[in-house]
Amino acid sequence: MSGLDIWMRENPLAYVWLGSYAVAMLIFAIEIAMVVHKRKITLQQVRLMREAEDEAEGND
Amino acid sequence: MAINWFKYSAPTTFYGLAGKLIPWFAISSAILFVVGLYIGFAVAPADYQQGEFYRIIFIHVPSSILSMFLYLVMAGYAALGLIFNTRLSAMMATAIAPTGALFAFISLWTGALWGKPMWGAWWVWDARLTSELILLFLYLGFIALHASIDDPRRADRASALLAIVGSVNVPIIYFSVKWWNTLHQGSTIKFSGTSMHVAMQQAMFITLAACWLYAIAVVLARVRSIILERERNTTWITELPEVRS
Repeated sequence: MSGLDIWMRENPLAYVWLGSYAVAMLIFAIEIAMVVHKRKITLQQVRLMREAEDEAEGND
Repeated sequence: MAINWFKYSAPTTFYGLAGKLIPWFAISSAILFVVGLYIGFAVAPADYQQGEFYRIIFIHVPSSILSMFLYLVMAGYAALGLIFNTRLSAMMATAIAPTGALFAFISLWTGALWGKPMWGAWWVWDARLTSELILLFLYLGFIALHASIDDPRRADRASALLAIVGSVNVPIIYFSVKWWNTLHQGSTIKFSGTSMHVAMQQAMFITLAACWLYAIAVVLARVRSIILERERNTTWITELPEVRS
């Protein structure tokens, strides 16, 4: 039996929490952060495009 | 009063509707996660055979169900986009894929964590596990194929075909425990009833609902960015308050 086997049998709740729930929550947090970041970047790009168009119209 | 549902199939109207719905789904998901996990860990008793290890079920089962169901929804949207050439359908399929892939990964990861103390192995080439792994690869293939084609409309069509063909894997995952002799257990909850303790059932269904609401909120948020990106040359996008500010 390896050290991990012994530890998981002695601390089943810690194994379940850290191994599955903490990892799942971390994955959810990363996904949310990525979605928020994507939104920020896309909005920035669209604003820049709009500003460039406004400037081009002003020059005409 | 009749509601014109087709109105919401246009990105112009759907964008605003999605923005209004996201907080409701996100908040209800967070509340249900807390309630579900409280029941799952504080109220539900330990299993007489598996002890505390069975509590992985409250994330493993919802993520497995969602990984399969989201794939079918994604393939459905992809098919709609392919047949009717509707813009929003393809955008929805693209937005669902990363969330589906993450749920497939969580399902495999938590399954491995459950397998080790119960079976003595992190992984076995069992029909259920292998078909779920193929599902993860199908999601990754869909995302990679879509990203590899520059023209978004062509990317939509190519990845839609992959999504539709790949949907044959979902019934294989579901029925794998019936069709083959597998190490993975069969369904505990059936239409004929279940042997599960009522608190275990409650916790599992509540976390399932929480995962569902989370998936809807994240997909809606992602599709709003995709709409912004794809429709950036239209006047309605440039007139949006968040773009003007």
